[in-house]
Amino acid sequence: MTVKTISTPLTKDIVSSLDCGDTVLLSGTVYTARDAAHTRMIESIKQDKPLPFSIENAIIYYVGPTPAKPGQVIGSAGPTTSGRMDIFTPDLISAGLSGMIGKGVRSAEVIDAMCTYGAIYFGALGGAGALLSQCIVSSEVVAYDDLGTEAIRKLEVKNMPLTVIIDSKGNNLYINGRNEYIGAVKEGVQCRRKG
Amino acid sequence: MRQLQAEIITDAVRNMCIEANCILPDDVRKCIVDCHQKENWTSAKESLGKLIENYEIAEREHMPICQDTGVVCVFVEVGQDVHVMGDLNEAINEGVRQGYSEGYLRMSVVADPLRRVNTNDNTPAMIHYDVIPGDKLEITVAPKGFGSENMSKSAMLKPSEGIEGVKRFVLQTVEDAGANPCPPIVVGVGIGGTFDKVALLAKKALMQPLDEINSDPFYAGFEDGLLDSINSFGIGPQGFGGKTTALAVKVLTMPTHIAGLPVAVNLNCHVARHVSRII
Ligand code: SF4
Repeated sequence: MTVKTISTPLTKDIVSSLDCGDTVLLSGTVYTARDAAHTRMIESIKQDKPLPFSIENAIIYYVGPTPAKPGQVIGSAGPTTSGRMDIFTPDLISAGLSGMIGKGVRSAEVIDAMCTYGAIYFGALGGAGALLSQCIVSSEVVAYDDLGTEAIRKLEVKNMPLTVIIDSKGNNLYINGRNEYIGAVKEGVQCRRKG
Repeated sequence: MRQLQAEIITDAVRNMCIEANCILPDDVRKCIVDCHQKENWTSAKESLGKLIENYEIAEREHMPICQDTGVVCVFVEVGQDVHVMGDLNEAINEGVRQGYSEGYLRMSVVADPLRRVNTNDNTPAMIHYDVIPGDKLEITVAPKGFGSENMSKSAMLKPSEGIEGVKRFVLQTVEDAGANPCPPIVVGVGIGGTFDKVALLAKKALMQPLDEINSDPFYAGFEDGLLDSINSFGIGPQGFGGKTTALAVKVLTMPTHIAGLPVAVNLNCHVARHVSRII
């Protein structure tokens, strides 16, 4: 298995170096946004207003964390289902977004935009919010404070463990990973995964 | 008639909200550990290992296992010889309010489904009452995440579709859900009753201990068969491929009309939280 260590900004060079199925350790800045924040960002784009953060080569993490306890940087912070953001995503990708972190399937429109403009869809382990919180070293609300958990936060992450689910060529681990497993079961080989 | 102060119920619900979100039940842990041992697809085994690490961190740090601390489903079995001194609904909601703010849990409830303003205290809870004999109150608190809730489905099948029709519907629901409900999942199936009752049965099925075998051998076999079929799909943990797509399938049934075969599938993720107390 290939483990790639990368840092933000997620430039087009890095995007094209990543392949479906890669394990990635990500360090740098990611912005949190989920349903309500996406609605507002798209309104801004429609009205030609600036977005709350620079979207060029940025990564959005689909997460609504639990509140930090005293002494904590952030509470539990695992991914939410990305598909709910599909309707907004192509506009953000065409505006410069180059990475998304979430879980679950994406629409054909999102994958098309990823291939056209160059973007990566990363998976974080769903339901592992306690574990994932440990690689977040700082958290600061930068917009839409009134949305509570849905506000946009700027997170600094260190060696955040991710998997490339969909790469910029449109290869999809949800299809490939499953087929590979099923193929191996048919052949009676069960202890191997590629690479 | 036994008298019970509402504050006792509030305290219990408060504590159960925090415990349910931070400490994964033993039966679910056992099941994940067991699947981790049996999984021989490398990447799937690694994912399961990380889930174990995650719930261990959550317990040690006393923080939520998952950031979606859910809408709180509450099942109350009210002994008919109990008299609650105060407002029972309000006592439960006050417990949720206290638990979610004092436990640093996420507020995930909006007051209106279309206007969508957060209630900021995670109330109201979704409360279900059953009246039973006796003078005790049994409360189950089950925070429910919506990654899995959103992938749940119900249908009114024709009686002629029978057992094969129900199987098809359950398997199709799991297939359509794919990676969205954070596999490995728990599959709660309700069969029978009416349009309203069947969904509740499916949710109650999720409250059954995972390590308990269905007392009706017919349904025990039915559950096993469904679990085997689901785990041959290859979806696997995280949806990246592997054997462990579901931890368990649990079925609850009730009588129904001669013209109908209602079925509901309520999906739960591996963070299958629930705590019960008898007061
Ligand atoms: S489906 Fe379950 S594990 Fe996944 S994010 Fe929702 S509550 Fe957490």
